[in-house]
Amino acid sequence: MRIVVLTKPVPDPASGGERLGADGRLDRTNSPAVVNGNDEYVLEKALKLVEAAGEGEVILLTMAPATAPETMRKALAMGATRGVLVTDPPIGGSCTVATTRILAAALKTLEFDLVLAGVDTSDGGAGVVAPGVAALAGLPYLSYAASIEPDAAAGKVRVNRITPSGYDVLEAPMPALISGTQALGEPRYPSLKGIMAARNKEITTLTLADLGIDAGTVGTAGATTKVVDSRAPEPRAATRVVREEPDEAARQVVALLAERRLI
Amino acid sequence: MAGIWVHGELAADGSLAKLSTEVATLARSLAGESGGAEVTGIVIGADPAGGAAELARFVPRVLVVTEPSTVDHAAGTIVAQRLAALIEERDPDIVLAGAGPEGRDLAGALSALTGRGVLANAIALRGSPDGPIATHSVFGGKLITESALTGGRGIVTVRPNAVTAEAADSPGSIETVAPAGELTQPAVPIIDRIEAQGAAASIDDARIIVAGGRGVGGPEGFGLIADLAEALGGAVGATRAAVDSGWIPYSQQIGQTGKIVKPQLYLAMGISGAIQHKVGMQTASTIIAVNRDPDAPIADFADMVVVGDLVEVGQAILAQLRERSG
Ligand SMILES: Cc1cc2nc3c(=O)[nH]c(=O)nc-3n(C[C@H](O)[C@H](O)[C@H](O)COP(=O)(O)OP(=O)(O)OC[C@H]3O[C@@H](n4cnc5c(N)ncnc54)[C@H](O)[C@@H]3O)c2cc1C
Ligand SMILES: Nc1ncnc2c1ncn2[C@@H]1O[C@H](COP(=O)(O)O)[C@@H](O)[C@H]1O
Repeated sequence: MRIVVLTKPVPDPASGGERLGADGRLDRTNSPAVVNGNDEYVLEKALKLVEAAGEGEVILLTMAPATAPETMRKALAMGATRGVLVTDPPIGGSCTVATTRILAAALKTLEFDLVLAGVDTSDGGAGVVAPGVAALAGLPYLSYAASIEPDAAAGKVRVNRITPSGYDVLEAPMPALISGTQALGEPRYPSLKGIMAARNKEITTLTLADLGIDAGTVGTAGATTKVVDSRAPEPRAATRVVREEPDEAARQVVALLAERRLI
Repeated sequence: MAGIWVHGELAADGSLAKLSTEVATLARSLAGESGGAEVTGIVIGADPAGGAAELARFVPRVLVVTEPSTVDHAAGTIVAQRLAALIEERDPDIVLAGAGPEGRDLAGALSALTGRGVLANAIALRGSPDGPIATHSVFGGKLITESALTGGRGIVTVRPNAVTAEAADSPGSIETVAPAGELTQPAVPIIDRIEAQGAAASIDDARIIVAGGRGVGGPEGFGLIADLAEALGGAVGATRAAVDSGWIPYSQQIGQTGKIVKPQLYLAMGISGAIQHKVGMQTASTIIAVNRDPDAPIADFADMVVVGDLVEVGQAILAQLRERSG
């Protein structure tokens, strides 16, 4: 079983340091990068599936600045086999259209049974890259997975897709592309042995030229969207602290609800 | 004349998603600010008549495409192909969709098929001489940004509760169309639909959410949370700690890897307010927290924090709510 996992380095949401630079693009110097939360869940699932199959590999595919290997090592330490990084200065400032094209082109250079992606990223949060890559690569697309069950002998994969009232059970031939959620299970912590091993794992670099993509069509030059303004949100009102006994405290809660016409 | 299209999202039972009525309402005000652009609703599905009639209450014109394969196949990629063909034929400037799972799957595939850009997760949208300007809450609500589409054309996904849905003065016309072209993307069959036991009310567009965290203590504790939600006419939410403990399904999780919500009222019971939770709920209009720790992070951004035991305070609130409603 060979699985490609699309992983994006994002500013650590817990660091509180995310900000935009003067050009309206993410300022990556002000917060440590981590593997996007949803990508860790699908990576964990990929590792489990390859372990269960008893053979195969988990390949990370990342499009990011040249510093990305630092973050990719964390995913390699969890157990991924190797990494592929698409990096090239003109990629900076890419919109989702360019990201989708680049990742789909990079997939063409790899062999796999499954591609897994997170349902969305904690920085952009667009949730559109996975369906876009599937469409460009012509792969069956199964989304919002709570479970992933490949049947290697039958060459098929089954996914429980989360719906408002439960699950839709989807089935598609492999290779297929699946976006997944936290419901796939808690990601493992890298072991010391894993961290040591990750240092020597291979990370291959691809450029736009390697993928046959014209630099003028991606990055800031080809961007389909642009940030035109940013501001701090309206500050929230001061917090009212209530320390009275339960009945009196509840009375104050209910009074606030009534005042704001919530009841 | 510039055209603004609204994707009418259909639920499994063929009814129109509430989110689409909000998006349609937003499209009308955007059109007013865009020199009288034409607003057109698009409904694509196996049995689209009901959804189309509902959408026509909100927009002057609805185009309907009957696409039988969506009845037992994952809809996103199929609908995207039909919509891409219609866009090719009629060339609208803007396509609006909801920012839920269906709208995102559609927008991603549509963007890839048409090469049009996506402004994702708009919380507001206004017209400008350079096309629509979308407002976004980014970095977990720490920053508000405004973004435009280069050339003023593209796709916008809109979060729930950006506006209150309002029907138009008079209903619009409905026209059946058949876009050219074959479905070339692989279709993904739905081989079974499973109703989750005790599926809870959806938190996505709830006006009131009562959410429980680790402090609730166990699955039984969520009984009180559900009673409060019922008394307030709201839905039940949860933190990842509660979901990971198996007390409540993942569909109710709010936060970074759960759902982002924007209710009128968020009542947080036994929730510390960790950053990954905060990013999912901090734009709620009113936040009330019950926590026995006055220094919990949620006390920094709630409107009111009651310092006390959530069972005692929760039961007192419940009793008073029930007394009021008689
Ligand atoms: C990648 C990643 C993604 C994550 N995504 C999410 C997400 O989407 N959503 C999410 O919620 N979390 C998420 N988390 C987890 C998050 O960091 C916190 O661990 C979680 O939100 C804590 O949940 P909690 O507030 O219920 O629990 P705790 O932090 O343990 O807080 C419980 C609170 O209850 C109070 N309490 C206890 N007993 C009582 C009582 N009897 N009466 C009153 N108060 C009481 C305590 O004082 C405490 O403040 C994520 C973490 C990571 C690393
Ligand atoms: N630059 C990138 N490199 C690799 N994978 C990415 C990249 N951007 C997005 N993805 C994948 O697509 C998913 C959805 O991203 P998004 O549509 O940006 O919210 C992520 O969880 C990743 O799996």
